Amino acid sequence: MSKAVNIERRESARLLLAGGTVVDPWQRRARRGDVFIEDGSVTGLGPRLSARGAEVLDCSGLHLAPGFVDMHCHLREPGREDEETIESGTCAALAGGFTRVCPMPNTEPAVDNAAQVEFQLRRAAAVGYARVHPIGACTRAREGRELAEIGAMVGAGAVAFSDDGASISNPMVMRRALEYCKAFDVPVIAHCELPELVEGLAHEGTMSTRLGLAAVPDTAEAAQAARDVLLAELTGSRLHIAHVSAAVTVDVIRWAKARGVMVTAETCPHYFALTDETLARFDAVFRVNPPLRTEHDRRAVIQGLADGTIDAIATDHAPHSRAEKETEWDSAPPGIIGLETAFSLGYELLVKSGVMSLVDLIRKLTVAPAQILGLPISPVEPGRPAELVVLNLDARWVCSLDSIRSRSRNTPFLGRKMTGRVTAAVVGRTRFSF
Amino acid sequence: MKARLKHLLGIEQLTREDILAVLDQAGSFREVLSRPIPVVPALRGRTVVNLFFEPSTRTLTSFQLAASRLSAQCVNFSRVASSVTKGESLLDTCRNIEAMGVDGIVLRHSLPGAPHFLARHTRAFVVNAGDGAHEHPTQALLDAFTLRARLGDLAGRRVLIVGDIAHSRVARSNILALTKLGARVAVCGPPTLVPRFCEELGCEVFYRLDRVLYEVDVVNMLRVQLERIGASSFPTAREYRDHYGLTAARLSRLRPEVIITHPGPVNWGVEMDFEVSQHPSAVVLDQVTNGVAVRMAVLFILAGAERTDKDHE
Repeated sequence: MSKAVNIERRESARLLLAGGTVVDPWQRRARRGDVFIEDGSVTGLGPRLSARGAEVLDCSGLHLAPGFVDMHCHLREPGREDEETIESGTCAALAGGFTRVCPMPNTEPAVDNAAQVEFQLRRAAAVGYARVHPIGACTRAREGRELAEIGAMVGAGAVAFSDDGASISNPMVMRRALEYCKAFDVPVIAHCELPELVEGLAHEGTMSTRLGLAAVPDTAEAAQAARDVLLAELTGSRLHIAHVSAAVTVDVIRWAKARGVMVTAETCPHYFALTDETLARFDAVFRVNPPLRTEHDRRAVIQGLADGTIDAIATDHAPHSRAEKETEWDSAPPGIIGLETAFSLGYELLVKSGVMSLVDLIRKLTVAPAQILGLPISPVEPGRPAELVVLNLDARWVCSLDSIRSRSRNTPFLGRKMTGRVTAAVVGRTRFSF
Repeated sequence: MKARLKHLLGIEQLTREDILAVLDQAGSFREVLSRPIPVVPALRGRTVVNLFFEPSTRTLTSFQLAASRLSAQCVNFSRVASSVTKGESLLDTCRNIEAMGVDGIVLRHSLPGAPHFLARHTRAFVVNAGDGAHEHPTQALLDAFTLRARLGDLAGRRVLIVGDIAHSRVARSNILALTKLGARVAVCGPPTLVPRFCEELGCEVFYRLDRVLYEVDVVNMLRVQLERIGASSFPTAREYRDHYGLTAARLSRLRPEVIITHPGPVNWGVEMDFEVSQHPSAVVLDQVTNGVAVRMAVLFILAGAERTDKDHE
């Protein structure tokens, strides 16, 4: 079942990417130009650079962009290596254009101490695909009671803290987590869900009513988000809201930003691609937390991305075994994989549909998450380390089981016709082709 | 229905004509049931499994009798399992049963969509005998059969469903079936037990029983889940009876020709006073008898459809 090597890896000391269009999401511009890479760094950028004996990759008709950052994914190692490993997950990430990923700490056991952070970094370095920036647990064992050793985890390389998968129910614990993280200038990432309002994992609406499914109202997300932005205001701390799915949550975040609260937010491609109409199939591949909501919510999420209320796009890549997903809807664990489809869905539903420019989509996959987490990514320009992706915006492809590099296959997009894909990534001296 | 439907997953998938075809077929089987030897050889050699993951007496017995009166072989696989009980998955159970060679599976399950899931993974025909709060199509069909036996055409008739609408598969299937047959359906219950989006199911919503009870042709009383008493849905059984129960006092004010149904089993003294059982308007036991005939019709039609599929292979 291991097929993590379905990816070509080549080392080159000198590489010329010729004839492409280079996207700079910092300057919000895209310009034709060749890119010369030597010893893992960009050394030249401009029209018609000489190959000087370098290996040449023809990029005519293609776009080059900084490698993407996925600030929210689940790599399942340690604990559920049958579903995903750091190796298979970071390989899938690269194939989706993500040169850096931030795994959430809800592994078994949870990443709630420095040794676990170091383990993930060591594994990622050993397999050599996407870079990993672990997110540590806010509280010990993600139980929402006592703070974990946040300082030690920052020292080991953790970039943010979250009990993702569950919300921090006790407001005093949330307050303390927000306050304590200020000392290390790292954000708390909130999974917003008022647990007492959760009867089930269908969005409470016409569909759940028709189908008799136990449901959760959008209020469960928005009310917790409202509490958390107020606590962020109280403490003057940095808060990041994970996987925004509801129109009313977008409103809460917009309101908080207008008040000057230091809050940022992400959403995931499935929230701007799918709705609760999918419930009618009783297919657990559509089961995800927070749930797919209505067309009104889907449009509001897109509007939030367009007007900047939602800063970043993350995948919430959540691999699950086939046996666990091939079951009654309510028995299956929530989560869908997304690393390998995120860019194409963003390109189709946000760029091709006219909501935003390609540059703005790439900002939400690069500059925005890197700023929130303080990651040292850089434009494709001389003097910078090579870390870029090659995009073919005209590529047409179909999401199929054969194309998936993740160890899990729980994507609701199987069979979907996609437009635009990542064809290569360069990280340092290494070039990956897909 | 013979040509189109391989499974009976819900009323939602049925047209008015499908429903009438089942009811007509049930009419002939109802006649069979009144014979001294109430058995026909229609499904001889066929095997039906009753796969019940929830406790049930009357529905299970009704399906069992329906199969045996069609001369089908019938086995029961009962296992009380909740959504959280781990063990053999539904898919594995189903594959094992299928490997033993069965024509049809009658599934009762606590989770909505379980029969739909099963139908995607089996060659046997699947009958939904109740899936969580979603649908209970044979109950709705037998209710429609019972009402038509009394009222004839249901077009324009007013039907009121009273009780825990939110958690009731009987309510959902009845709303769908009755509206497809032209009836006007209203529901009544405490707002804690009526879903927020209930009107979008195609029914009127009332929270005060006395404002609607005396205008309707049919009152369908639902069973109250006594475990919902308390903080979650309503304070006490006494208060429920006062506001939503079909009490003796309310019974005396009903229109004389009204029909009272209940899917059973009844909590006497909560949703209905015992006096209702003596009342000529109550057709609860007719429902039970008609249930066998309706289930015979469903098995007969689906087994026939399934055979047609095989013939085409």
